[in-house]
Amino acid sequence: MTIASSTQLICFTVLSAVVAIGALGVVLLPNIVYSAFLLGGVFLSVAGLYLLLNASFVAAAQVLVYVGAVNVLILFAIMLVNKKEDLSAIPGLGVRRLLSGAVCAGLFTLLLRVAFTTPWATPGPAPVGEEATIRIGEHLFSDYLLPFELASVLLLMAMIGAIVLARRDVMTSDISTGEPADQGLIEKSRTPLLLEKTN
Amino acid sequence: MTIELPTTVPLQAYLALAAILFCTGVWGLINSRNAVRVLMSIELMLNAVNINLMAFSSYLDGQLIRGQVFTIFVITVAAAEAAVGLAILLSLYRNRETVDMERFNLLRW
Repeated sequence: MTIASSTQLICFTVLSAVVAIGALGVVLLPNIVYSAFLLGGVFLSVAGLYLLLNASFVAAAQVLVYVGAVNVLILFAIMLVNKKEDLSAIPGLGVRRLLSGAVCAGLFTLLLRVAFTTPWATPGPAPVGEEATIRIGEHLFSDYLLPFELASVLLLMAMIGAIVLARRDVMTSDISTGEPADQGLIEKSRTPLLLEKTN
Repeated sequence: MTIELPTTVPLQAYLALAAILFCTGVWGLINSRNAVRVLMSIELMLNAVNINLMAFSSYLDGQLIRGQVFTIFVITVAAAEAAVGLAILLSLYRNRETVDMERFNLLRW
């Protein structure tokens, strides 16, 4: 995809403004539902940046995985734990925020300094452009085959782990024999582990 | 003296944007009281790293685009991380009846 360079510049400016302001909104907005939707906007803008970089496959993967899966998962989590609670005030919260803000600003200036003083070897080799998807496929099935297969195992493990961690109930009867399962285990699964009884 | 605007987007612009996104994510990670927002901040940081990888892949490694392959792997791991993280969050909420990070202090000395 080739766009006129001025159009590219305008697109980059708009998208990066959306990313930066959206990220600030995600972190700073008091309502977490707005934060989650803004996060979706940030993910979409990042996908637009990938399109500007001639990477249509990664942009599609970004939209599918981040906007379609991760953001929806976060929205579900917000729905499941949505309880209005008054956060108790912590002493020295303002100082802590200022201090961490200073640390982050320092990190930011460091990163900027590295980015602007390093003599990058630009322009590098000509970008492959439309062939990027083919190249990614070749990489995944030749020199990155082992990480690719490991990623599938990782996803399976993460899926099973998430189910085990998030499920609530223990089966009341043994699957193979049909006998009633250990009653103590069932009772244990019904009572919360760490409810504070003092307050 | 006039500042000459670049005609194309330079590599440094992408790096600066990624730096902004990463530092916002770090600040949010440290300062959020809500556990869900902490997970969102982690996703922001991962996206910042992805932007860096994609920019380097396009500007410095145009033929072999290894950065794009790495980005695919990062997206995969991020999806797994989000699933497990939110499951942990749900079981934490079930046990402590709160999502306030300040009250998850069982391991604090």
